[in-house]
Amino acid sequence: MEPTLKFFSGFAPNDLWFMGEAALRTLWISVLSISLGTVLGTLFGWMLYEGRRAATLTLAPVLDVFRSVPLIIQLVLFYNFAPIVGLNLDPFASGTVILTVYTAALVANVARGGIEAVGAPMRRAARSLGLSYWQDLRHVVLPIGGRAVFPSWVGVALGVMKDSALVSVLGYVELLKASQILITRTQEPFLILALAGAFYFALSYPVSRYATHLENRWAQ
Amino acid sequence: MISIRDLHKYFGALHVLKGIDLDVQKGEVLSVIGASGSGKSTLLYCINGLEKIQDGAVTVDGTDVHAKGTDINKLRQKLGMVFQQWNSFPHLTALENVALAPRIVKGKSKAEAREIAAKQLQHVGLGEKLDVYPSALSGGQQQRLAIARALAMEPEYMLFDEATSALDPELVGEVLDTMRLLADEGMTMICVTHEMGFARDVSDRVAFFHQGVMEEIGPPAQIFGDARSEHTRKFLANVR
Repeated sequence: MEPTLKFFSGFAPNDLWFMGEAALRTLWISVLSISLGTVLGTLFGWMLYEGRRAATLTLAPVLDVFRSVPLIIQLVLFYNFAPIVGLNLDPFASGTVILTVYTAALVANVARGGIEAVGAPMRRAARSLGLSYWQDLRHVVLPIGGRAVFPSWVGVALGVMKDSALVSVLGYVELLKASQILITRTQEPFLILALAGAFYFALSYPVSRYATHLENRWAQ
Repeated sequence: MISIRDLHKYFGALHVLKGIDLDVQKGEVLSVIGASGSGKSTLLYCINGLEKIQDGAVTVDGTDVHAKGTDINKLRQKLGMVFQQWNSFPHLTALENVALAPRIVKGKSKAEAREIAAKQLQHVGLGEKLDVYPSALSGGQQQRLAIARALAMEPEYMLFDEATSALDPELVGEVLDTMRLLADEGMTMICVTHEMGFARDVSDRVAFFHQGVMEEIGPPAQIFGDARSEHTRKFLANVR
C-alpha cells in the first residue's frame, strides 16, 4: 500500500467534545470577567455618583477610553505591552484583565443610573429611620436601584460573553479559537461555525430566560 | 423637648430660614402653616439633620443635632418622619417595609422585628395588608404604611411634612384620622400641613411661617380667630 499524506480529516464526534470544552472556557472567562467587572463597575458607578466633579474629571474619561476603543485593540495592546512593564501574563490572564476592565467601564454607567433611579426622597426616608449611609446603600439603594437597571446589566453581561470571543486573537482556546482550529483541519466552516453559534446560544439563552423570569417576579 | 435657637438656613444665596426660635414640649402637637416656599418643610429637615444649618442650633432632649460628635443615626430613631411622598420601599412587602429598620438599625431579631411591624401595621389599620407589596396599596394606605414604618422605631417625636398633600382628596381623611389617633395617644408631633381643619382641631399650637420667618405662633383659636400678623390673616383668608 502506498502511504498517503492526509492534511485534512472530517468532523468527528470527538471534535464536539473539543468544542464543548472550549465553550466551558468561554463560560469561565466570561463568568470571571463579568463578576469582577460588575463589582469593580459598581464601585466606579458609586464613585461617579458620589464624587461628582472629582470623578467626572478623572475616572469618567478613563472609563470612556475603555468603552470607546474596540476591545480587540485593547486586548492586543495590553497583551503585547504588559510585558514591557514587567507583567508577564498568559492569554487567559490578559483576556480576563481587559474583559474585566471593559465590563467595569460599561457597568459603571449602569450602576450610576441605578443609584440615580432610587432618588433623593427615597433615600431621605431611609435615613430618617436611622439607617446609616452604608445601611441605606446596602438595604435600599442596592435592591431598588439594582432592580431598576437589571435589564441593562443583563445586556452588558450577554454582550461581554459574546465579546469574549475576541480573546481568541491572543491564542486562548475558547469557543471561537477552537472553531478556527477545527475549520482549518476539517475545511467545514459552515458546519463548525453553526455549531459554535449554537454553543453561544446555549450559553446566552438560559441567562436571558432566567433574567426575564426574575424581572417578572419583581414586577409583581 | 425640641429646642430651636436662632436657626438660619441657606440654599446657596437663598435665605430660607431667617432666625427661627421655637420650643416644642413633650406631648405637644404643633401645626406649621404657611405658603409654599416659606421654609416650613426645611425646618423639619433641619430638626432631624437631613439638612445642614448655617447658624443657630437645634437640640433634641439636650442633644445638639448639628454638632460634630452627635450620632445622628441614633438621634433619628427618636424622630420619626413622614414625607409628602410616602416612599414605600417597593421591593418589600408592607410587613418587611416596617420591619426593616428595627432589624438592621436596632438589631432586633427577624421574629421580633416582624412582631413589631405587625403591631404597628394594625395600629394604622393595615392589619389585613401585611404581605401585600406597596404597588398594590392606595396612596392613603401607603402613607399609613409610612407612618407605621416610622412608629416601628418607637420615636418620641413625629415630624409630618405635608403628609396629605400628595393624596387624592378622598384619601386624605384616613391619613388625618391616623394622625389624630397618634395625637390622642400623646405623641409629640410637628405637622407641616395645609389642612387647616386638622391644624385647628388637633393642634395645641399653630405656627405661621412667612418667607423664612415665624411670623406668629399661638393657640389655634388665636391664630384662626384673632391673628396679629397681617400676613397670617391674608394667608388664612386665601386658603379658606
